[in-house]
Formats: sequence, C-alpha cells, structure tokens
Amino acid sequence: MRVPLSWLAEYVDLPVGASIADVHAALVKVGLEEEGSHDFDLQGPIVVGQVLEFVPEPQSNGKTIRWCQVRVAPEGQPAADGGADVRGIVCGAGNFFEGDKVVVTLPGAVLPGGFAIAARKTYGHVSDGMIASARELGLGEDHDGILRLSTLGLDPEVGTDALPLLGLDDEAVEVNVTPDRGYAFSIRGIAREFSNSTGAAFRDPVARVTPVAANGFPVAIHDEAPIRGRVGATVFVTRVVRGVDPTRPSPAWLVSRLKLAGIRSISLVVDITNYVMLEFGQPIHGYDLDALQGGLVVRRAAPGETLETLDGQTRRLDPEDLVIADDRGAVGLAGVMGGASTEIGDGTTNVLVESANFDPVSIARTARRHKLPSEASRRFERGVDPAVAQPAAARVVELLETLAGGTADDGLGSVHHEHPEPGSIVLPFGYVQRLVGVDFTSDETARSLAEIGATVEETSAGFVVTPPSWRPDITDKASLAEEVARIVGYDRIPSILPVAPPGRGLTVTQVTRRRTADVLAAGGLTEVLAYPFVGAAMNRAFGSPRDEEVPAIRVANPLDAEASLLRTSLLPGLIDIARRNLSRGLTDLGLFELGLVFRPEAGREYGQAELPAGARLPDAGELAELHGGIPPQPRRIGVLVLGNAVDKQPGQPAVPAGIADVLDVVRLVESALAVELRVAGGSHTALHPGRTAELFVRGADGVERSVGFAGELLPTLTQELDLPRVVAVAELDLDALLAAAGETIEVAPISGYPAATQDLSLVVDAAIPAGEVERAVVEGAGELLESIRLVDDYRGTGVPDAAKSLTFALRFRAPDRTLTAAEASEAKLGGAAKAGELFGATVRE
Amino acid sequence: MSEPIAITEQAVSDAVDAALAALATATDSAELRAVRSAHAGEGSTLATLNAQIKSLPGDQKAAAGKLVGQARARVNQAIASRETEVVALEEAQKLAAETVDVTALPSRRRIGARHPLSLLQDRIADIFVGMGWEVAEGPEVESEWFNFDALNFDADHPARAMQDTFFIDPPESHLVLRTHTSPVQVRSLLERPLPVYVIAPGRVYRTDELDATHTPVFSQVEGIAIDKGLTMAHLRGTLEHFATQMFGEGAKIRLRPNYFPFTEPSAEMDVWQPNAKGGARWVEWGGCGMVNPNVLRSAGIDPDEYSGFAFGMGIERTLQFRNDLNDMRDMVEGDVRFSQQFGMVV
Repeated sequence: MRVPLSWLAEYVDLPVGASIADVHAALVKVGLEEEGSHDFDLQGPIVVGQVLEFVPEPQSNGKTIRWCQVRVAPEGQPAADGGADVRGIVCGAGNFFEGDKVVVTLPGAVLPGGFAIAARKTYGHVSDGMIASARELGLGEDHDGILRLSTLGLDPEVGTDALPLLGLDDEAVEVNVTPDRGYAFSIRGIAREFSNSTGAAFRDPVARVTPVAANGFPVAIHDEAPIRGRVGATVFVTRVVRGVDPTRPSPAWLVSRLKLAGIRSISLVVDITNYVMLEFGQPIHGYDLDALQGGLVVRRAAPGETLETLDGQTRRLDPEDLVIADDRGAVGLAGVMGGASTEIGDGTTNVLVESANFDPVSIARTARRHKLPSEASRRFERGVDPAVAQPAAARVVELLETLAGGTADDGLGSVHHEHPEPGSIVLPFGYVQRLVGVDFTSDETARSLAEIGATVEETSAGFVVTPPSWRPDITDKASLAEEVARIVGYDRIPSILPVAPPGRGLTVTQVTRRRTADVLAAGGLTEVLAYPFVGAAMNRAFGSPRDEEVPAIRVANPLDAEASLLRTSLLPGLIDIARRNLSRGLTDLGLFELGLVFRPEAGREYGQAELPAGARLPDAGELAELHGGIPPQPRRIGVLVLGNAVDKQPGQPAVPAGIADVLDVVRLVESALAVELRVAGGSHTALHPGRTAELFVRGADGVERSVGFAGELLPTLTQELDLPRVVAVAELDLDALLAAAGETIEVAPISGYPAATQDLSLVVDAAIPAGEVERAVVEGAGELLESIRLVDDYRGTGVPDAAKSLTFALRFRAPDRTLTAAEASEAKLGGAAKAGELFGATVRE
Repeated sequence: MSEPIAITEQAVSDAVDAALAALATATDSAELRAVRSAHAGEGSTLATLNAQIKSLPGDQKAAAGKLVGQARARVNQAIASRETEVVALEEAQKLAAETVDVTALPSRRRIGARHPLSLLQDRIADIFVGMGWEVAEGPEVESEWFNFDALNFDADHPARAMQDTFFIDPPESHLVLRTHTSPVQVRSLLERPLPVYVIAPGRVYRTDELDATHTPVFSQVEGIAIDKGLTMAHLRGTLEHFATQMFGEGAKIRLRPNYFPFTEPSAEMDVWQPNAKGGARWVEWGGCGMVNPNVLRSAGIDPDEYSGFAFGMGIERTLQFRNDLNDMRDMVEGDVRFSQQFGMVV
C-alpha cells in the first residue's frame, strides 16, 4: 500500500516536518513493514509560465518548431533561477496558443531519470528552459503535447512554483500489508495505525460524509450456491449521479495522489472511484447507467455464461463465480472486474455507483480462477469493512458533484445490508499478561483495545471485547493479546531463557549422518546440495539398475517443464553439478551429497482427496491416512569422482580417478557406520558392464540386501553428457545402512601371542573374482586366520592360459599360545582346500 | 702360521703404531673393515704375537701376556672409536643425500569440504541440543494438512496463496513440496509427549526463480516449544541466546508486529549483528510468535493448559549475512571452490 503523505495528513496529525523515515518508523512499530518510498523525482525551478508569442519555424527534417517568448516571472522581477522574466524557448509541440499558461522547467531543474535542464543551443536559438508535457513531469502518459494549465482548470500567477501547484512535491511511503489486515489497504486504515503508533489525533474520513439511504433502484441478492455457507454479497449500496460532465479533466492533486499511490489516471469518473477506494478501502464500481437494462441482481454465474471484462477479454464463467447482472445478463465479475458493456466511457453522463461487500472466499476463488488479481479483489479477499460501503458511496457522490458537475439523484439508489454484526470475545483478566509475558495494567489493556476501535466492557469474567467492523481477523483472545502487545509495543517484552527438560541429544541416526558427511569430506570429497528436480530421461537412467520407467513424483507447477519430476537417484544432480564445475575449468572433482530421493511405489496413489479440517485433532483413522499418504523419501549417499584422484607432481605421476576411488569411499562409509558391506560384481544399465560393483549388507534379520552400486558411467553416456570418458559414481541407501548398523559393536579380544605369517598363491580360472576366492580361504582357514590381504594377481609364464595366480598374505595367531609353523601351515592348507573345493583353485608352489 | 716374531716391546709397539696409522686413513666402513682384518684379525701381527705367548717359558708368559694384551686392547678400542666416527659420518652423508624440498612434495590426498549450509545447520542443532532441545524431522513431500490446514492456513485465505507452493501432481492428492519447516511443528506435537522443545532444520521449496537473493530450494530451521506457562518473553530469551551463539556477545533481538497464520501474537525478528563487516547493524532474520491456539488444537493440545512459541529463519539468509556473502547462487550451484573456502568450519 502506497500512502501519499499529504493525503495521510488529511486524516491524522502528521508532526510538522515528519520525513518519510519518521512515518515508516511509526508504522513499522505497529506491524506495517517498510517496502519503500516514492516521489516524483523532480527538482525545481519549475514554474508557471505564459506563452507571450511564438514563431513557427519549419525545419529541414520536416518538423516545425515554435520559437516562443515565455514570461516566467512577473514583469521586472527575476525568475526563480535568477534569470530574466521573459525567456526564449524552443518547443516542438503544436498544441498551445499565445496566452496559454504552461509549466516551464528553468535551467537548473532536474526531471525524472536525472534529466538536467540547461540553456542549450538548438534549431539556431538558445533555448533557455523547456515547456513541459504531463509525461515529462511524471504526471501521466499524455505526450501529445505540452501541459496547458487551463485544461486542468488552473489559472495561476506567472512565476508560481509549479511543484506544489500540481501536487508534485508530495511523496509517499509504501508499506507491506499482511493478509490479515485488509483495512490497512486504505488511507483511513493507515491513518488510524499511525495514530495508534504515535498518539496523533485521527480524523475518520467516514465522519466527513453523510450517507444517504437512497432507494428505488432495484437490486436483488440471489445467491443460490453460497460457498462454504457464506452468501456472496452481504452489503450492496448503489447511488445514481446524473449530468456528469465527461469533458472535465481530473484535477492535478487527484492525479498526483493517484500516481503516487501507484494508480494511473484514466478519466475523472474512474479516477474518483479509485480515489475513494484508496481513501476508504472500499472498492467502488461505476456503471454507465444508460447502458444498464433494468435493475441489478447479484447471483452465481449460469453454466456456460460468458462475460467480456474491462480488459477486453471474453471470459467463460464458472458456476461458482459471483456476478452482477442486469436484465440482459452478467455486467461484471463481482468484486474482481467490471464488464465492458456498461463501462464508463467518454460519453457517460449518468453514473450508477456500486459500493458492496462481497464474501472474501468467493472473490479469492474467482480472482485466482481467472488469474485476475485486481485492486478490488485484493481488498475483498482480505476483508473490507462492511460499515464503510454507505459512507464510501456518499464520498463518491460528493466528488462527482464537486469535481464532475454531476447531481445526485437522491431518490435513486439502494441499500442492502445483511452483514452479521461482529461477535464479542471474553478476554479473561491476566490472559494477555500470561501469553505475552508483560505486566500490562488493566488500563493499558482496555485502552489499547479501545484505540484499535473495539468496544471494551469490564465484567467480572474479564473484558468483553467487540472488535471494530473493519477487523474480521480478530476472532479470539489470542488475537486480542496481539493487539494489546502491538499497541503498547513489543519493546516491552522482556527476555527470559526457558529451561527445557533434559533432552536425548542428537539421535544415533542424526549423529551417524553427520559423521558420514564429515568422513566423506575428510576423505577428499566436497559436499554439494543439488536441486531435486529432474527430467524423465535422467530418472530412467539412474532410478533403476535396469533401463525401465521408474515411478516418480511429478510437480504440477514446475519452474522448468523439462525438470518436473522429483529425483529417484542422487546421481543426476551430482552429474549436473560436475558439468557446471567442469565448465568452469575444474577438471578434477570429488563430490558427494547426502539427500532425500523420492521413491513412490509402482501403482500406488499417495495423498488424499479430502483432508481433515484444521483446529481439531484428526481421529486415529484420519491420522493413519495422513501418514500413509506420504510417499517414501529415503536418504541416500551419492558420490561422483572424475579427473585425477592424485595430480601429476614432481616424483608423482597422475593417478586417474576410477571405480577404485568410489569403492574407497564405500569403505569410508563402512567405517563411519560400522557396517560391513559385501562388494560383488554388479550390473547397472548406466554403468560400465565390466566396472560395476553391487553392494550388499546383512541386516539384523540375517538377510542380505542390496544397498547400492559403485562403478564407472558407461562411456557412451559420459560422451552424451559432455563428461570426460571416465566418471566413477556410487550411490548407497543410507537409511538401509543405518537400519543394518548394530547398536553396539562386537569386539574380539586382542591376543598378545606372536603371529605366524605365510603367503598363499592359488591358481584359479581368471574369471573368478578374487573376493570370492578370498572369502573361501577365510572360511577354510578357520579361526586362527587373523588377517588376509591380496598382494598379487599374476598371469603369464608358469600359469595356464585363462588362469591367474592370486597371492594372499596371511597372518595367523592363536588367542592362547604361540602358534607353531605346522599349525599355521595346516590352517593355510585348509583355506587352500576350501578354495579348491569351491573354485578348483590349486596351490602354486 | 706366520714366522715367529720375538715378543719384544719394540715389536708390539711397532704393531700398534702400524695399526693406528692404518686406522687414521680409514674413512668409511669398508676401509675400516680392512684395517680391522689386517691389524686386529687373525693373521695380524698382534694376533701372531698373542698366539706365541703360550709357547714362552712359564715365567715370561705373564709379562708378555700383559704387554700384548694391552696392545690389542688399545688397537681394538681405537678401531671401535673410529668406527663410531665413521658410522656417524656415513649416516650424516646418507641424510644429506635423502634431503627433499619440503615445499615441493607430492600431495596424494584430495582435500574435501562440507557444504557451509550443512555445517551451519549442524552448528544450530548443537546450540539447541546444548539447551536440552531435540532435533525433529519430517518429509519434504508433505500433506497439505501438515503444511497448511493444521497450521491454521484456511484453504481460501490469501496467506495460503502467498506461499508460492509447488504442488504435487495430481493437485487433488493435496501433496506439496513443503513450503516451510513448520509442518514439523505439528508432527512433533503429535509424536512427542509434552513438554516439547524441538528444532527442525531442513529443506523447503517455493516457486521463486533463482537469483541473487532467491532460490526455489532452500533451507530453514524451525523451533517450537510447548510447555506450561511459556510467554513471548521466553521466545525473546531463546532467540537472544541463539543469536549470541551465532553472532557473538552483544547480539540482541528486536521484535516487530507481523502476521503468520500459525502464531498469535506474531512478530518479525531482527537481529543486532555486533560484528558485521562494515559495522554493527540490525538485520531481518525471520518470523516468530506464540503458537496459535488452533495449531495446538490440531495436535489435540488444550490451549488453555499449554502455550508455546515458534520461530523460523532461513539458513541461506543467515549464512548470507553472517558471512557477508553477496550472491545466493553460490550456495546452490555446487561450485567446489565455494565450499572449499569453508573446509570443515563455518
């Protein structure tokens, strides 16, 4: 809401010299947040001049300029810039006559946008100033010619300062009006709040007019389908004004105030309706009375009904839309936008003024449905004071009479008022103090509530408070507490640190997640947080190890239609971020993300069509349905590495990153979570068929489950994605890993007896994974085997074709004695035998 | 066996002198070994003399033994002492040869980093856990009931439309990407026994295009405390403690009236940032207020018995003014150079 200060000052005592900042400070205190400020961005000297004579001078470019002699100060007196009283000025416009009073910007003046006026040579003359158009002054869009003051009905003295004359010295504050405070979308509401904040005297604009209860204009409210049980119009006031002069211009003060308030001047009648809307907060609609056929009826739109609105669009109406109709059909979308057929036009002389109160819900739905947020709908949605409709109509009539030459037809109009009176609220003594924590006196409480316009009655049960008609948001004692706290001032609230009961600290899951992230960062990866929006192709590539459609959640109103699905894998986001880093010349990357993926189950529908109401505890069935309607959103770990894992340096060749690096990361995760993962060859359609590992974990139930993949992206995919050929990725289901992690670690005793170390070389088929051979050796060697490590994989001379020789370094130890070499050898051969049994491995001597 | 030599003082002395002279020229272990072999080993003069002692007449044995024995001891001692010197010398040479340029050694480990937003979330959690609060969580795809209805947002109230919500398809499912972390308020109240003191950090979504001050995906931290006798003074106290932990001694809170459907009274909070670059200042930090009785009713709590407060602030925004960052895009683009400036600390 923009509030011109001159306008505000009409209804509240603004302290002399109050600045924009002072007004903002006062309004912020009562909850009207500062949004900005506005002025005309003009600097004088800008004065009234009179064109004494001019000579038309045709130019070679086809234009004709006028070389004018303009009086800018009374004869013999210096002008506002100290110069001569008559100036030679070149003017390109042709819409004025000798003797016209005009606005002259003298040298030294500055126009909007920093356009400085100086005497300058042009068309063979020195033009000593400029004759201004309305647009140049920021007063309108009209640039057909210069502004002739007579058209505004003005005939000021030559040399008069034009800025105050035209209201161009005014300025406005802009405040943010929260959605509960519809009344503050008016000068009236802001003036009252300013008064509440500062104690300055408030003069209610409602008091300056006398409502007339005219009747005889037929109006009917026929709402056969109230929304949520609320009838569409509770107040409907009309007045008729005849004989309006359509040629009269809007006075300068009206135009400048509207302009500062952010509304363009259109015509005097329309400007007056807008002016009163801003002043009273009551949207007003004006009809061309002669275009109406019969009376008005407020009803819901008929199925298939259409309406051409003021913006020239023909709209198909919804049966829920509230319309104003005459005998022929809809003539306006109630509270949202008027219809074209009864629009106030250049020839309108008889005006029907409508000042109504419409149901906020109905208006909000219609404005949203037709994407027509208007000044009117914005106010109705938030609630308009039902008591202001009649005074506002009277104010419009007054202005139509005084400014537009109309005559009120006191016999013609209508008053329908069925708005429910506000109910009273019991405010128990001490309640406000208990909620706000300030020892307000009873007097402070009562006085604050009276200040906002409520009536307060003291009873034995407490105060009985009736909120003012313009505060439909005040519905309970908590909202009254806010008013008291706000009016007295939030500064009074002391600071007390409450003592919470002892908490459990972070949960094991929370600590483990944090540790996992720390460990991955310490392990060389940089954490990223990708947007979860992806396209279908990426979800298909990474949401499943098989190339198949993956059930995904779709955003109904995505910012980017190409990325309207929620991710089913973290990898697309990591790939995006890797590409961005690559494009910035960062060619060696290690990235990770811990984040949610969205995994709806195939064929299941989530959410629910009917929600329980608010403000009451849903029953057990409703709660179960609410919880059950939420799609699964497991947390995962995603990893991506590319480029070099170790850079080339003196004495150090580069080590390119690959699957080994992501498997290293997997081992970090194992350590961070204290889980044991089994690495096995795997298959994933987005990954290199020979360089993919699937990872398994055994749960507390003893069942082994797949928890993710690690591998290198398919080279065809990396090429398609503009990535280097080798990009290694891993993705693990963190929630599944956490579920598998034991609460307490099982610890084996540490033996202090000497160890016996032996190597074992086994020749096996080259296709058999070393990890499986290793597991066989572990199983066969038994308890004495303390550690096993693969130290060599040899192929060539001495080993048959298609076979390999795997050498393991074994360390044996007994818990209770020194092992003999023979015991160690026996255990080793036990391991070899198991490998032989399972994989045909033979010992290589 | 070599030619017998008479065991005379002269002969012994000559042998010792020869040994010492040879030793003086030995500069490394190999030469030292040669000297030891020639002058103290089997076949050396002193060994030969020593071997002859046993064939001397009995009354001469003792004197000869003493003479040769002392000479051998002297030579062995000289060798040992020289050996110490040579070993030290050789070790020094070895160390010199092994010298590296410590400013040019290869680094074999990549250095990673946490994201500062995650670190800041962790830090906030630690501050509240230190006060006995707990950390609660909820889903990001959320039911409108938790996101709006239970929080006293009427279905037709403009406040609901002002949330710039991402709706999940189909809209009749009444699922949204949560627009704030406030739904965790109601979830916590439904799940936990009273009193409740929890914070809920997490990701939230609004349909804002990405620019220097907006991102459609961002994070918030929500706090809610429900207990008997809580007032706005406790809200201010909690916020001031939090602000002091985040921004240092001297931080304070200013409350301004505002509107949120889920609190009444509601306030906008500003924080006084005492150590801001360019001078101490007030900064808009977030919203807060006393939990609206209708929210308590949604969780089955009697508002006449319990009261409480809630607050919420953007973590991106907090990071932005706390660390004097200009452009929010740096926080969301994932450029590793951004996070690596923070390393593991925010």
